[in-house]
Amino acid sequence: MKPKVAAEKRTLLSGNEAIARGAYEAGVKVASAYPGTPSTEILETLAGYEGIYAEWAPNEKVAVEVALGASFAGVRALACMKHVGLNVAADPLFTAAYTGVRGGLVIVTADDPEMHSSQNEQDNRNYAFAAKVPMVDPADASDAKEFIRQAYRISEEFDTPVLFRTTTRVSHVKSIVSLGEKETSAVKPGIEKMPEKFVMLPAHARKRRVEVGNRMTRLKEFAEVFPENRIEWGDRKRGFITSGVSYLYVKEVFPDASVLKLGMIYPFPEKMIRDFARKVKELFIVEELDPFIELHLKAMGIRCRGKELIPAMGELNPRVVRASVSGEPPPKIFDPVPIPQRPPNLCPGCPHRGMFYALSKLGLFVAGDIGCYTLAALRPLSAMDSCVCMGAGIGNAFGMEKALGEEALGKVVAVIGDSTFFHSGITGLVDVVYNRGFTTVIILDNRTTGMTGHQPHPSSGMTITGDCTTSIDIETLCRAIGVQHVSTVNPNDIEATLKVVKTEVGRRAPSVIIAKSPCVLLPEMRKRKDKKLYVVLPEKCAGCRTCLKLGCPAIEWVPLTGEEAKKLGYKEAQKGYSRINAVLCDGCGQCGPLCKFKAIVVKGKDEG
Amino acid sequence: MKGKTTNILLCGVGGQGILLASEILSSAFMRSGLDVKQSEVHGMAQRGGSVVAHLRYGEKVYSPLIEPGEADFAVSFELLEALRYLPYYGKDSRLIVNTQKILPAPVSAGMEIYPDDVLKQLSERRLSVFPVDAFGLARSAGESRAVNMVLVGALSVFLPVKEKTFQDVIRERIPEKLHSLNEGAFGRGREVVRDLRGGKH
Repeated sequence: MKPKVAAEKRTLLSGNEAIARGAYEAGVKVASAYPGTPSTEILETLAGYEGIYAEWAPNEKVAVEVALGASFAGVRALACMKHVGLNVAADPLFTAAYTGVRGGLVIVTADDPEMHSSQNEQDNRNYAFAAKVPMVDPADASDAKEFIRQAYRISEEFDTPVLFRTTTRVSHVKSIVSLGEKETSAVKPGIEKMPEKFVMLPAHARKRRVEVGNRMTRLKEFAEVFPENRIEWGDRKRGFITSGVSYLYVKEVFPDASVLKLGMIYPFPEKMIRDFARKVKELFIVEELDPFIELHLKAMGIRCRGKELIPAMGELNPRVVRASVSGEPPPKIFDPVPIPQRPPNLCPGCPHRGMFYALSKLGLFVAGDIGCYTLAALRPLSAMDSCVCMGAGIGNAFGMEKALGEEALGKVVAVIGDSTFFHSGITGLVDVVYNRGFTTVIILDNRTTGMTGHQPHPSSGMTITGDCTTSIDIETLCRAIGVQHVSTVNPNDIEATLKVVKTEVGRRAPSVIIAKSPCVLLPEMRKRKDKKLYVVLPEKCAGCRTCLKLGCPAIEWVPLTGEEAKKLGYKEAQKGYSRINAVLCDGCGQCGPLCKFKAIVVKGKDEG
Repeated sequence: MKGKTTNILLCGVGGQGILLASEILSSAFMRSGLDVKQSEVHGMAQRGGSVVAHLRYGEKVYSPLIEPGEADFAVSFELLEALRYLPYYGKDSRLIVNTQKILPAPVSAGMEIYPDDVLKQLSERRLSVFPVDAFGLARSAGESRAVNMVLVGALSVFLPVKEKTFQDVIRERIPEKLHSLNEGAFGRGREVVRDLRGGKH
């Protein structure tokens, strides 16, 4: 029986799952987040543990404020977000650094070097320096779980929020983790009034500012003895200072070298670093993105080599580290061959497609936003003209109108997803109404947060744990803001959609169009029995390619030579015909009415 | 084998069950007393786009990523994808290739052509290729979505993991009513590769 128990204590977890497990073991009581790749699975996992309140907040700023409130009440709290989410939450972060905590507070920022699923690759280690809070930087899932435990201890001992940084290759790498027992904090939950600590009036804030400085001095001393800042002595010809996943690349490539692994990336253990630097012949700093460690070392007057060798852009990997440090040309590999690209695409049946087809027909400037629907920027829809950050589309469209005046009327539109609208679109819409704009805002209401894997949001009527809750009605909300023209369309009905969009963009008043149709990947949509699948009647297809402009993965073009065309009874000049892949078709019906030749019909019904 | 880390690259199209396949493999390695790291990408990369997962096992595994040229095994869940990751293969790589075609958007839109010589291009580079009709085999096992299990079965022939361990892991990861179906799919994949290897069991 014994090995079985041991096996249960060891399990495979992703970095994100390990963070959730670590938070559970650390006795976290309240956790809040907004979904964002690569951070999403932390809260999804945590919501499954007993005794923890977990929630999807409308945005990251709210998530940090909720977690800070829980900390004020004396319980351990967690807020999680992707790197760009911390920009949204930076406001509470910088002042939480002054208030400090009661219960431990950890804020996870999941960075995305290489931009696998992000609009930029900012290096959030810089936030630790700027906000004057400590930051830990795990290398894998095992580190992640242990560092969470340590982070709560640091938070309570030093009266500070702790930033916890991962990257995609930490969050989404699974490795073996040993499970531990749940611990409890010594802090007593309850209401304690501490205005000099929690009310950041200038007079209080000035006193706390001094405290923040003193705390940093104590944290620097702590960094020298923190067990996760450690030296692994080896060959002293080459020494490496590194942290996070870069540590693993260094160990992979230079297993015999001396390595200083920084488990805490800020503040730095300066004595330990000086000592290490003195004892190795040549010192290399291996870190992804910015020269964060390197700049601090150079400010300390330590000679080292970093970004002069190692790229400051994109992810590192063992090949890059080896070639950069050793200077040897990388071994020869097979050259890539030119083959068709396979870009991500809106799913078959996606209701967004109908709206963007309509927008591409109208040729408007589409100020877009963040979500699956950003993919509408790609061919053949090519129906998005800007995408900056969550909620930006509305302000962008409004700004263009103010810049161009009448000239912009009927030419610009903002498009935003429902979850994104709740995240940070509402205030943009308030600006439009308040400052007498005529912007048209299209809200794509598919009832879920699609891109990150279908998390419910404030109008889904459901919480993270699947419990029923009030569904905040988007139409009522827009009317309450003062938008007088709010219409709802079914984007799968392209003709009706075109009509509504045309009318609303021409209006000299703010308007909102709610394009309402659920995401086809939602379980209830997948299971629906009344799906009408579509087929192309080959004898009627004239090869005009109109249906292909939808960019639906289910519609396939079959090219023909003149001879083949003739054989099939087409005109010799016909270059091919369309067919619908029955496995992929989801029955949205967008394509049917587009066909002038009535070649696209419901399977079984109109096939004749 | 001792001391060396083995690299498995899994590639295909979002929605083909690559993540589940790599989880089953990783769990099987862990059960067999090996260290393992499994890397994948979520989010935008999954919407019908090309997907790749890196899996490494051995006594002690550091890097979660496979270096170009270093894949010991590659399992391509789709024919064309086998060619996309060519720079990851080395001259001794063994490739399990699902012969199923899933048209990329530029091809279905009639803008580009799906190459008709994928297997030839691979064998021209003297790579050892095991073509498997995973879609057909999954369908004959009773579930066309079990393509991933056929391919795990196909790869399993080469791995230092007992067949029983795979069965245990599959049983734990998959709802009970689908057990026999998935085990069937796993078995068919295993059989095909054994036959291709000329009965070297």
